[in-house]
Amino acid sequence: MIKGIIGRKLGMTQIFNEKGQVVPVTVIQAGPCVVVQRKTTAKEGYDAIQIGFVDPSGGKRANKPEKGHAEKHGVAPVRVLREFKVDSSDPAKEGDSVLVGQFETKVKVNVVGTSKGKGFAGVMKRHHFKGGRATHGSMHHRAPGSIGGSSDPSRVFPGMRMGGHMGAEQVTVRNLEIASVDSENNLLLIKGAVPGPKGGYVVIKQEA
Amino acid sequence: MNIIDKIEAGLVRKDLPKIAPGDTVKVHVKVKEGEKERIQIFQGLVIGIKGGGMRTSFTVRKISSGVGVERVFPLNSPTVDKLEVVRSGKVRRAKLYFLRAKLGKAGRLKERQHHAAE
Repeated sequence: MIKGIIGRKLGMTQIFNEKGQVVPVTVIQAGPCVVVQRKTTAKEGYDAIQIGFVDPSGGKRANKPEKGHAEKHGVAPVRVLREFKVDSSDPAKEGDSVLVGQFETKVKVNVVGTSKGKGFAGVMKRHHFKGGRATHGSMHHRAPGSIGGSSDPSRVFPGMRMGGHMGAEQVTVRNLEIASVDSENNLLLIKGAVPGPKGGYVVIKQEA
Repeated sequence: MNIIDKIEAGLVRKDLPKIAPGDTVKVHVKVKEGEKERIQIFQGLVIGIKGGGMRTSFTVRKISSGVGVERVFPLNSPTVDKLEVVRSGKVRRAKLYFLRAKLGKAGRLKERQHHAAE
């Protein structure tokens, strides 16, 4: 089975490593999760396992389709579903629990999450443009400057970096180290920052 | 109590004495040299305490062969083996950075008078 789990970001803190150095860590409530559905080439056209974050409220806020899906596969109500591609020979079956115990400290993982939304952002924030001078009558502060030629080519080239919606998109941070695993409380402490706000859901994957 | 507070509370050391700005302290620091580990003592004056909870750190200043030396220690770090308060100075502010500009006798502090009520 692939090494992956769904987690909920709780926030950041710091711990001491064995050398006594301070290490910044993100605390993630990872699971308990459960394999909800085993997708196969024969039925769905591809091989994957669908895992779900077991709902701590026991499905109080689940709607009918969500409840039905969990019931059909005979698992506890889940809150978030995520899929992991696997080989057809993968032994995982529906109802298997997915826990933090599969991870070891010091290994590198990739964390996938949804970044914090920044709304409509200008070019300085969104694309790290330099902007203009603040004083001495510059009259050009946070504007983008020229976006191209004039009558030739009479258009703006596609892909021109401009202001627009920023954030709230999928972000993967690779090669983060697992600082500590707490199987009792289903917690993962990952060195460094992970995408998204506190309370946001992330996927933690260990690439083979 | 949320989980992060719990994690942080678990890292706070309870075996260390309370220190205050103006205290002269001996910090027993674990030093790793290759394979061997030994204890080094850094004695000086606490000129500031920063942070709170497990994040607390403190700055110790001493004059070493005529040169002022300051070291910042994370209070709850396992590298701090032992902490001893040698003397408590009477001070009226939390950060004693003004002592950096004082040389020799001017940098002395009066001892804190301990009352029976304390």
